[in-house]
Amino acid sequence: MKILTTPRMERCIGCHSCSLACARQVHKNLSWNTAGIRIASSGGLSTGFEARTCLACDPAPCAAACPTGAYSQRKGGGVVVRKKLCIRCGECARACPVDAIYLAPDGEPFVCIHCGRCVPFCPHDCLEHRETGGKAAAAGATDGGEA
Amino acid sequence: MIRDHFRVIRVDLHSGKGEILTIEGRDRYAGGSGLAALLFSRFGRMDKSWEEPDQPLIFAIGPLTGLFPLMSKTVCAFKSPYHDQYAESHGGGRSALALRFADLDALVITGRARALSCLCVGSRNIELKNVHFMRGLDIHATGKLFRRMFPGAGHRSILRIGPAGETLSAMAGVIVDTYRHFGRLGAGAVMGAKNLKGIAILGDGSFPLPEGKDYPTLFQDVYSLLTGTEMMHKYHNLGTAENVVVLNEIQALPFRNLQQTCDPAAPEISGEKFAEKALLRNAACAGCPVGCIHLGFVREKFMEPNQFLYRQVSYDHEPIFAAGCMLAVTDPFAALDIMEEADKVGLDIMSAGVALAWATEASEKGIVSTAETIVPLRFGDAGAYQQAMWHLARGENDFYRLLASGTLRAAERFGGKDFACVLGQEMAGYATGEVFFVSQALGLRHSHLDSGGYSFDQKHTEKDAAKAVEFLVEDERSRCGLTSMVSCLFARGVYTESRLAECLASVGYDGLAGTIGPVSERIRCERWRLRMATGFDPDRVDIPKRFSEVVTWKGPIDWNFLSEVKTEYAQRIRAVAAESARERDNQDRKKEKNTTA
Repeated sequence: MKILTTPRMERCIGCHSCSLACARQVHKNLSWNTAGIRIASSGGLSTGFEARTCLACDPAPCAAACPTGAYSQRKGGGVVVRKKLCIRCGECARACPVDAIYLAPDGEPFVCIHCGRCVPFCPHDCLEHRETGGKAAAAGATDGGEA
Repeated sequence: MIRDHFRVIRVDLHSGKGEILTIEGRDRYAGGSGLAALLFSRFGRMDKSWEEPDQPLIFAIGPLTGLFPLMSKTVCAFKSPYHDQYAESHGGGRSALALRFADLDALVITGRARALSCLCVGSRNIELKNVHFMRGLDIHATGKLFRRMFPGAGHRSILRIGPAGETLSAMAGVIVDTYRHFGRLGAGAVMGAKNLKGIAILGDGSFPLPEGKDYPTLFQDVYSLLTGTEMMHKYHNLGTAENVVVLNEIQALPFRNLQQTCDPAAPEISGEKFAEKALLRNAACAGCPVGCIHLGFVREKFMEPNQFLYRQVSYDHEPIFAAGCMLAVTDPFAALDIMEEADKVGLDIMSAGVALAWATEASEKGIVSTAETIVPLRFGDAGAYQQAMWHLARGENDFYRLLASGTLRAAERFGGKDFACVLGQEMAGYATGEVFFVSQALGLRHSHLDSGGYSFDQKHTEKDAAKAVEFLVEDERSRCGLTSMVSCLFARGVYTESRLAECLASVGYDGLAGTIGPVSERIRCERWRLRMATGFDPDRVDIPKRFSEVVTWKGPIDWNFLSEVKTEYAQRIRAVAAESARERDNQDRKKEKNTTA
């Protein structure tokens, strides 16, 4: 199973193409919020950017926190979300230790599904969609990558 | 988000309240430049001074903002403190996408706040906060405090002014997200006059996209053109700083207050040298994968033993021209130091650099002395120029207050009009010849981006005034289309009119898709109508003698040819403004008739 990783964020120029691509392709939205990857400056533009995205935890705290079974553990790390079962309680976002889940104003959660469709839109090759080898890889790791 | 009208928020700073307005005219005015003109004609007071509290400060985006790459600019419109006439200035950063996600086609700010304030708008916010404690703060300190005060890191845009805006300098810009600017014609002073230190735009909304395959397929095509071909290579590589060497080689680089058009030392501040020595990293406006923003670094040893700090400064051809070439400062780090000071105090570096170049030559000629300039100004003395930026921003004495209102104003008082490098406003970094000089002197924004006069000069040797003016008019019309979408003009090779039509149709703007040509022309006419209605007379624009002394690779400037182009272009501008005024009268009559009926 492949997961999305962000090993070269020091190259990021803040164009938001990845977020916009996720929202456009996966969620059919124009948005930089309703996306599995969101870009923020880390204390002002002079200090560069960070990606808020799922680190592909296994076990995933968001899945454990979900009271309806809408979130379940994904093989290789991360979660599978069945939105029909979601009651918009927001427990998943509260359980995520790295703020990777965005809650829309109506409570709908958006989290990375590790499809990798944002990767080709990064002009500086900050992102990588790679095999985990069955283990979760750290999203920020630069080499080797296994957490 | 995709709608047949405009959704505009108007905020009155006096009451601190906002109202959402539904304004018709999408198919006639598109957005951006067109929408800004439409809003100014509604809220602007043609007969009143720029600093009247009623005057609007307008920020407008276009129908394609955020929907396609490089549709990432915002148009700011206002009555300018520089000439008290209608003006536009364009900026990027996150401002355009933040407005899009705040679900606003435009933000109109009227009134004057009771105390120094900042305004926050979002899809679910309007808030005016008293920030009296920020008076006099530079743009970096202001930005840091704003970031602490408002939510939404990464998805908000922070616009602010420095001391220059607070002192109502006609050279004060609005700084956007630290590295971008609504630089020219004094938008910063308009904020200052409104007691508005900053604006935070929260891009906190999301919208469903049109169904079907047309939009995603076209997006992919456009994205591939912009990132997978050589079309944007210049901007992605050295950026516009690439121009320095090119212009120097063809004797078209304004140097030492345009006493020269080339210099053996110019390659020391070329795009190549900046990249080699001082380029720290690149950045982008939100929604642009090209990333043309070049951030250089300067480091400063502030204490022994070996205690350093560093700063990041954005550079381009124009700031290098203004802080480097015009001032004969030929070390990249010294030029960056000057740019950094201009940024900090909230001055437009192009205007400020050219103004100080005039002041330096005036000093050399004994027209002014340190009684006026406070610090002795000498070409090449970067330290003096850094200090002078503060004097200019704060309006430290009568001389600097006058200079901050425009180089020609200072020259009228002290003398030295002949060598004031002013083409409507302080010149841009091209000395390519007659057509460029006229295009900036008479251009609506007095910008090198109003139309490609500099390019025409380089491609044509024949002296055919009619042909040159035809080019300027047609290029201006086509650029009005782009600045109404609102595209970055660097993408003009990709966003042809036919491609714009495809983009508009793919997201449901079918009406606009079929009429881009006529709509662009209408916008061009309406902008000129507003400019003339606020007092512009193209026949009263003088081009100073210094421009007649320029020698380029083509030889000396041909003043007769320049005058011919100027006369012809002025005539076309008057005609287009009159046509727009007639169309407006007809509309008013129709409305009156309908109301009476």
